[in-house]
Amino acid sequence: MYKAAVIGDSASVSGFAALGLSVFRETEPEKITKLISRLAANDFAVIYITEPAAALVSDTINKYRSSKLPSIVLIPAIEGNTGDGMRALHDAVEKAVGSDILN
Amino acid sequence: MARLNVNPTRMELSKLKKKLTSARRGHKLLKDKRDELMRQFMNLIKENRKLRTEVEAAISEANRYMAVAGSVMQREVLETALMLPKQEVELEVTEKNVMSVYIPEFQTKFRSGDTNDIYSYGMAFTSIDLDGAVSALNSVLPKMIRLAEVEKACQLMADEIEKTRRRVNALEHIMIPDYEETIKYITMKLSENERSTTTSLMKVKDMVLKDSHKYH
Repeated sequence: MYKAAVIGDSASVSGFAALGLSVFRETEPEKITKLISRLAANDFAVIYITEPAAALVSDTINKYRSSKLPSIVLIPAIEGNTGDGMRALHDAVEKAVGSDILN
Repeated sequence: MARLNVNPTRMELSKLKKKLTSARRGHKLLKDKRDELMRQFMNLIKENRKLRTEVEAAISEANRYMAVAGSVMQREVLETALMLPKQEVELEVTEKNVMSVYIPEFQTKFRSGDTNDIYSYGMAFTSIDLDGAVSALNSVLPKMIRLAEVEKACQLMADEIEKTRRRVNALEHIMIPDYEETIKYITMKLSENERSTTTSLMKVKDMVLKDSHKYH
């Protein structure tokens, strides 16, 4: 059985704990990198990560882009939406189509 | 276009002709695959975009509640309230094959039967805004799971489309023209040889006739 995790600063991710997602309060790049590889190896199918936390470890996230699991999804942090999640979508379109045809 | 480095023989010619036929067929198939992948990808992208906008809006709303709750409650109390969840989310993962791209599908399973049974704390010592935050997150959870599914599918399909496009282009612009040019080269070389054989035969015939009959 697979599980879902949430990574980010404490204020942004605490709410998810009530829903029964596994919450990890990490804000340091090295720790997040280690955590992601540990989660990926341990039956976590979905990892939600706040945009500021994801910005610190973009290399690690790109590494899991082409593998089937886990699915790493960016969510806005408590400070507000940075638009990184939407940008990833535009990148995918650009990769597939050759130019960004959204908008 | 570069001509392939082969000997101009009939053997090579028939080999190349076979290769050209299969390259053309492969090109057509891959082109169809690319078009179909693209069509499905565009549908997914639209869904992905819609879901992301909704999820981001809902999480921002929950975060607003959370910020208020954090300001009226002590940090420690807030953390303690959420420490022991009643609910637990488990995912069942199945695979779906879309044009030979394997994309994961998630089915959510909750530990407790009542999906609204999410408040892991008593109401007396917590702010009402915390309830708002938790309830907002709970209502967006199914969409978040679907978003994870769609986003992964989009990434995997984008990779596959890129690969297929490269293959189609390589076949269309390099392999097929190369084969065509080499086939043309061999055909010309062979007919040239044939003409030269005919001419030398005629020459030899002339010489032999001249010798035997003393013709002038």
